Amino acid sequence: MSDSATARGGPSRLLFVLPVLVFGVLAAVIAYFMLSGHDPRLLPSTLIDKPAPQFTLPPIKGWEDRKPGLSTADLKGTVTVVNFFASWCVPCLAEHPQVTAIAKLKGVQVVGINHKDRPAAVKDWLTRHGDPYARIGADAGRGAIEWGVYGMPETFILDKTGRIRFKHVGVITPDALKAKILPVIRELQK
Amino acid sequence: MRLLGALLALVLTAAALPAAYAVEPGEVLKDQALEKRARAISKRLRCLVCQNQSIDDSDAGLARDLRILVRERLTAGDSDEAVINFIVARYGDFVLLRPPVKPATFALWFGPLVILLIAGFGVVVFLRRRRPERAGAAAKPLDAAEKERLDALLSEDGLAGDGPGR
Repeated sequence: MSDSATARGGPSRLLFVLPVLVFGVLAAVIAYFMLSGHDPRLLPSTLIDKPAPQFTLPPIKGWEDRKPGLSTADLKGTVTVVNFFASWCVPCLAEHPQVTAIAKLKGVQVVGINHKDRPAAVKDWLTRHGDPYARIGADAGRGAIEWGVYGMPETFILDKTGRIRFKHVGVITPDALKAKILPVIRELQK
Repeated sequence: MRLLGALLALVLTAAALPAAYAVEPGEVLKDQALEKRARAISKRLRCLVCQNQSIDDSDAGLARDLRILVRERLTAGDSDEAVINFIVARYGDFVLLRPPVKPATFALWFGPLVILLIAGFGVVVFLRRRRPERAGAAAKPLDAAEKERLDALLSEDGLAGDGPGR
């Protein structure tokens, strides 16, 4: 008995340890994803490092003489922040001060794409909260699809050649502005 | 009892109806063949707002826009693959409910098979190792001394005869 037991002692003990090992590895992987703050709902954009999509959006109805519309050609020559927003979108109001702060920087233009909004509502919204946008395209829905946008707000940062270099999904919080957006803009301005 | 009958009627009616879908009457194409293709494509595309529904099932605004887009492109003469590629180019592979087979998804597609193979190998090794042991035990008959000891043990427990313990 003692002979065969010692002969098999090594491998069979390994078999006993194996489930514990597998569990350990699994627990480590799950813990990593839970603790890293990774949000599985946030999707990576396939458009990163690709040229901005071809699109032409008209101005907001009734503001034709006040604020020009937006098309692909307007996104070249300077670092551009493209901000999808709507007056019905509450998080958009939360990030509005941060968007306004970006628009005050030198060497960067902020343009807006107004998604599925009523002209009267968005005009009222911009009058009340300030209008930081150099241009605003009025989007009935297709504009968002061209940009792979699936919720409001979303923000893209483009380099001087009009290539998409960064995407932010959701509210630009003051922290996100400092930690993510501003460093990207500075890097692209070089 | 009446309530039960009503419930039963409700369940039967629900079962008799075609599966619920979100396509609105205004979206449906007149060309039935195209509409059929549009429905098939819609079932393969994820609604990115709700994420666990296809755009065919979802009432979300974006899903509706995508359904209309699918129909527009089909009407314009695009093939099924061209329509799907158009949307994948904008939203990425995640928009496909059935992920494509490519190096980045090999672990997803073949991982379970690899785990099955490893487990199968483990089972084979385990059984192989057990078999000689049992065969050896059977091949070696008990000698006289062992037999005597076994009998003694069995009768001690009252297992040799028809004891009351049974």
